[in-house]
Amino acid sequence: MTPLAVLPLPRDIPLPMPADPALLQALLVVLFLLHILFVNLTVGGSLLALWAEWTGRRRPPFAALAHAIVRTITVNKSLAVVLGVGPLLIINVIYTVFFYSANALTGAAWAMIVPLVTAAFLAAYAHKYSWERLAHRKGLHLALGGLSSLLFLIVPFIFLANINLMLFPERWTQVHGFLSALLLPNALPRYLHFVTASVSVTALFLLFWFTRPGFPLDAELPGFDRPALRRLFYRIALGATSLQLLAGPLVLFTLPRAGWSGFLWIVIGTGVTCALWAIALMARETLRSDGRVGSHYLLIVGLITTTAFCMGYGRHVYRETAVTAHREAMAVRTADYGWAAAAAQWREATGIGPDTTPLGERIFNGTCASCHALDRVLVGPSLQEIAQLYTGNPGGIARWADAPGKKRAGFQQMPPFRLGSEKLLAVAEYMLQLGSGQAPQRLD
Amino acid sequence: MDFPLFHLDVFGNRLLFAGIAITHVLINHALAVGAMPLVTLLEWWGVRTGDARWDRLAHRLLTVFFIVTTTAGALTGVGIWVAASLVNPTAIGSLIRVFFWAWFTEWLVFVGEVGLILAYYLSWRGWGARHKRAHVGLGLTLSAFSWATMAVIVAVLGFQMSTGVWTVRPGFWTALLNPLYLPQLAFRTPFAMITAALVALMLGFWFLRDDRDFRARAVRLISLWALAWTPGWLLGALAYWRALPESAGRNIDIALTSLRWQQWADRMPWLIAGATAAIVVLAAWGAWKPARLPRAALLVPAVLAFWLLGTFERVREFIRKPDVIADYLYANGLRHADYPLLREEGLLRHATYTAARGITNDTRLVAGREMFRLACSRCHTTTGMNGVVTKLTNLYGPGPWDQATIEAYLAGMQNTRPFMPPLPGTGAERSALAAWLISLRAVPAHLDGAQTAGAVVTP
Repeated sequence: MTPLAVLPLPRDIPLPMPADPALLQALLVVLFLLHILFVNLTVGGSLLALWAEWTGRRRPPFAALAHAIVRTITVNKSLAVVLGVGPLLIINVIYTVFFYSANALTGAAWAMIVPLVTAAFLAAYAHKYSWERLAHRKGLHLALGGLSSLLFLIVPFIFLANINLMLFPERWTQVHGFLSALLLPNALPRYLHFVTASVSVTALFLLFWFTRPGFPLDAELPGFDRPALRRLFYRIALGATSLQLLAGPLVLFTLPRAGWSGFLWIVIGTGVTCALWAIALMARETLRSDGRVGSHYLLIVGLITTTAFCMGYGRHVYRETAVTAHREAMAVRTADYGWAAAAAQWREATGIGPDTTPLGERIFNGTCASCHALDRVLVGPSLQEIAQLYTGNPGGIARWADAPGKKRAGFQQMPPFRLGSEKLLAVAEYMLQLGSGQAPQRLD
Repeated sequence: MDFPLFHLDVFGNRLLFAGIAITHVLINHALAVGAMPLVTLLEWWGVRTGDARWDRLAHRLLTVFFIVTTTAGALTGVGIWVAASLVNPTAIGSLIRVFFWAWFTEWLVFVGEVGLILAYYLSWRGWGARHKRAHVGLGLTLSAFSWATMAVIVAVLGFQMSTGVWTVRPGFWTALLNPLYLPQLAFRTPFAMITAALVALMLGFWFLRDDRDFRARAVRLISLWALAWTPGWLLGALAYWRALPESAGRNIDIALTSLRWQQWADRMPWLIAGATAAIVVLAAWGAWKPARLPRAALLVPAVLAFWLLGTFERVREFIRKPDVIADYLYANGLRHADYPLLREEGLLRHATYTAARGITNDTRLVAGREMFRLACSRCHTTTGMNGVVTKLTNLYGPGPWDQATIEAYLAGMQNTRPFMPPLPGTGAERSALAAWLISLRAVPAHLDGAQTAGAVVTP
């Protein structure tokens, strides 16, 4: 096993899991896919809208297409955020130590998620709601769209760096900040994989959205008919999905071997097979006649969904394999510590190795000594002075400490110490002994 | 002590958390929980009176609420998780283990709330204009969902402050039945309704600029809404005050201001009463003689309400100290149950991430710094906001401080500063911390958090 100097082995939070881990993991896989679907639609929508608006400067139908795409972002981006909370909650509970450690190590960027996503959303609103007003200042309007796309493209880096870093405790001591976490193997290939997936998922969604029955195509998208739109979006989806043939293997082979397993290969292999089949079908669709283009749509979506599920599940299988050994070692350490803490609590409660210091001295050292010294003014007056003022009158000290007044200008107000008269009298007597020189002061 | 510790040494970790959390509460209460029923009321009133100006006002208000809640509102909500994981991972991790299903339920309601506000706002001019009654019904459903998310989360907040409950039987139902739950909810609900009205009045400064006749009508209706909730608000405040655990009372005057101005605490209740009275008077004026209310006066009450709500949250966060979970976990992220062992064997010995374990003459200052990181840095900075150098200077002057004095202070600070946890660890560790604090006064140093310095493990 790696020595502690290299591999941090923290203790887990010593509280039981709120549910069977298998249930939580199943929920995580499903809910995360739902979240990432809307993230894909937001990022992909933003990129495709930007491309369509740029193209639309010369070809007006594309300007209308851009506007129509932008309207889908309003809903998709809000669902992306709200659907992210559930998986985040589950990650927090299943991978507590792994996730929070990664968060802290990339902390500056992790905290920036809030302002960055807020800014991305505001830029997206500004872009959407200034469509008519900035119609004659296209450059400025495109810049707004570009800004929101850029922000949407930056945020996933932060999540990917975290979710990648958390799997590799042996790297935690080597990382210095977000950028170094991002440069660990696998983070950047995953990013490429994600952006490409965003474009292909969004293209397939928009294909359905703009050609669905009841969509006022002629009013909303003049210059396009249904077959043309279908071919356009199939071409985009085909191009993006084919790029995954490069991005996918890159992700897989930059993953540290720690999490590889036979089962993982079966899951990933199933996903790849479905993706290849979908690519072949999409290629055929782009070549079909007007009347028949789109008839394989449901099958294609089914295949891509299966691929996404396999990849999401495969990623989970990898994650569990990668962290299991560490998690088990952590559980042992957590239990050992729990016993030691309980034993120490018991020793304290039963007074084994009891504190023999007299009550007054103990309270004085723990409470009063931070302001009152023997022979000089620290914050309040010295004990020698107090002893002169209260000779033979410990009750006077006790009453003062219970409800102090303020006599001297230039001194800070003493706070009240409502310890009860027994303790106050004990400490007062000890103070008088110290102040009059009858007892030596012992500070531990 | 089991997490690499993120740390902000200039503004402090507390400010990061408080900034995000208070922004979220202001937006949530004023622009969602209270705002949705108010907008629905205005829309319904428009249908009833047949006056299209109500509908236009409702839609313009909703536009603002929609844009703010779906951007800064939603993101500061997620941001509370993000910030908590950085500022006090042990605390949030422990709360999630216990309240997972509460938060999961809240999340489901929250998904519904977001779906409904998208539907309510985006359908206003299309489907909603053709089916006005159904659209008003949608607004009512949305209002119910907004309120429900708050009602769930308040259970957790009340629980954090309920002494003794955690150690007996932690869980969602215990939380819901904690003595602070209903009073806090009874206070927050009308407060949200009133604040929403005051924000609507504030926006009315711009939205109701030209049409004086309609301004008077709108100001009257919105003011009446605020007044209707006022008795509930005052009773809720009273109930909450009376239900606060006794231990919180000890800290409350410091909470209201800060230690430095403790004396001002005498005046604070009067400021709160004054702000409350001003809000009620302005609302009454708006209801009684709206035409006579100067337009500029519409801007005032919302600012007062934000100040009140901010003060309420600040006090609530403070009075739970020194704990972050009552009787279980101190604000420094250590369990009460950890203390005996750490006293016997040492905080550094049991810390996962520390640059020093044993204390020798060579490692003393490093050990002191690591003690500060582990035991103090969740609340204090070195020389920034709430910095330790300033705190000790206030007490002991500009120095040089002597070792015995600082050690004596560290040994008993929980007695003189009841809102602070006791210092964990052995006498030698306390002594190392004192030495480092003394060196820090002479040569101010910056403490880097894990986000830049990384994590260090020592065998």
